[in-house]
Amino acid sequence: MNYSQFLMMPQELGLLLVFALVFIYDTFMPSRSQRFLPCFTAILFAIYTALSFVPCVVTGMAFSGMFETTAATWVMKNILNVGVLLVLLQAAKWSNGEFVSVRRGEFYELLLLTLLGMFIMISARHFLLFVIGLETASLPIAALAAFEKNHYESREAAAKYVFTAIFSSAIFLLGISFVYGLTGTLYFNDIAPRVLGAPSALLITALAFVIAGVGFKLSLVPFHLWTADVYQGAPTAVTSYLSVISKGAAAFSFLIILVQVFGAAYQAVWQWMLYALIILTITVGNLFAIRQRNLKRFLAFSSISQAGYVMLGIIAANVLGMTSMIYYVLVYIFSNLAAFGVIAAIERATGRVTMDDYNGLFKTNPWLSFTMMLAMFSLGGIPPFAGFFSKFFIFVGACKTGSVAIYVLVLIALINTIISLYYYLLVVKAMFIRQDECVIPTIKSHWSERLGMIVSVAGIVLIGLVSCIYVALNTASQESAQIFMLID
Amino acid sequence: MNLNILMYLIPSLIMFGCGVYGFITRKNMIAIMISLELMLNAVDINFVVFNRFLFPGQMEGMFFTLFAIAIAAAETALALAIIINVFRAMRNVDITDINRLKF
Repeated sequence: MNYSQFLMMPQELGLLLVFALVFIYDTFMPSRSQRFLPCFTAILFAIYTALSFVPCVVTGMAFSGMFETTAATWVMKNILNVGVLLVLLQAAKWSNGEFVSVRRGEFYELLLLTLLGMFIMISARHFLLFVIGLETASLPIAALAAFEKNHYESREAAAKYVFTAIFSSAIFLLGISFVYGLTGTLYFNDIAPRVLGAPSALLITALAFVIAGVGFKLSLVPFHLWTADVYQGAPTAVTSYLSVISKGAAAFSFLIILVQVFGAAYQAVWQWMLYALIILTITVGNLFAIRQRNLKRFLAFSSISQAGYVMLGIIAANVLGMTSMIYYVLVYIFSNLAAFGVIAAIERATGRVTMDDYNGLFKTNPWLSFTMMLAMFSLGGIPPFAGFFSKFFIFVGACKTGSVAIYVLVLIALINTIISLYYYLLVVKAMFIRQDECVIPTIKSHWSERLGMIVSVAGIVLIGLVSCIYVALNTASQESAQIFMLID
Repeated sequence: MNLNILMYLIPSLIMFGCGVYGFITRKNMIAIMISLELMLNAVDINFVVFNRFLFPGQMEGMFFTLFAIAIAAAETALALAIIINVFRAMRNVDITDINRLKF
């Protein structure tokens, strides 16, 4: 065996090293130094994230084509790393809390393991490796959702998550089994040349199963029913992780599967399937978000509708679409984590999460309300903030295909952006305009939470304005454009 | 007697359908877990049959099945742990009772 292949996976190996060090710290350090574990993990992970930005990555195939590192996967993994670092910062104080601190090591270990699963998902070019990555990414999240054992909601959320996750992976596996039966291989590169010619009904069925299986993970609309319950019931740190990191990884690997495996003969088929899913996802997500009072549930529906926008980058199936999708995920990570940072800080201090609790928040906590306002503006797409640019680029990428149907789709998405502004501004209105006699008192947030929020806000303000970020993403996508070779 | 591929595929698909039916209609969480196991095992049969009848020169489907069995075992263990966790709170495993989070 040629061991130099391992050079292709520096980020996975680095993550494994971080995991091993955290595990050793958790297992062998004396109990009086255990409360520094969150800090230790965050610092270690920050060093690892900084190191993985060093652009000396070896691109190419490893393990006889099962694993591929391209410039795009490298960028995507770095984006996820930054997101996880923010989640770790936000969770630091919470994980030292009264009921959670006994098991805080498990929280960090499971979190890092799911991230490893997502990295494998992103880089896998063989369905066996992909399924292993998918399960590594989704199973520990069920355990994380059940983390607050003394809260009833946490148990219910975990039960709902684990059943839907297994059900969706069974459907996904059935789809893959038909792909295998029709082509005799599980390598992404080998499947595409064997499915040329007239589309077969069985393979279209298989494609539908695969889309349904990944759609569960991405919470696209007919498969979204678990999302709101799990987001509401799970601890807020887990919810923020689930809503940004796992969604971003699933979206990227979804693009790879659709383009590389089914791109050649089935592009028209999956584009129409996605077309219906996008309209449903954006619209239903928006309409249900309007009537939510619980903020975690509200952000769940908002994240469903945001997933629909991410899919616009996939349906475009060109380099620009891929760039804008990665860019959208980057911006979405910062905006959503700013919102979840505020919610987590307030929930930890007072235990209140409904929108009415936020009435008059500006009087007592001006900085928290300011952060929340920027997050809502960015999610809604108001111009100077990054959310506007990400929506703009994703619409441009979709319009590049030039078909009339896609123009109609972009129009529907635009109309939905306006609807979404209404409910995002409801939160801003509650904080700044409404008055209440039992306002949330002034909260002293922990330094780690504050650091996480400052980084998120900096991201929201700067990513849209510093154009070299978009250029860097575009260069990376251009370099890994060979996945689109089969389409045109 | 000569068995052709359909004699394996049709039972496996019926098994998968039973699993989906059970997942939707059962009220007991353990029964839901059994239905999910049926679905996962039907997929395993599919892989083995495709490999054995259509591509006898290779072992890819067999290996996939081996890994899928291991993953299914992990899933079952996790789901049972969560069911026990719910049981401690509710004193039963009826899914109609875990309905506090909705709409």
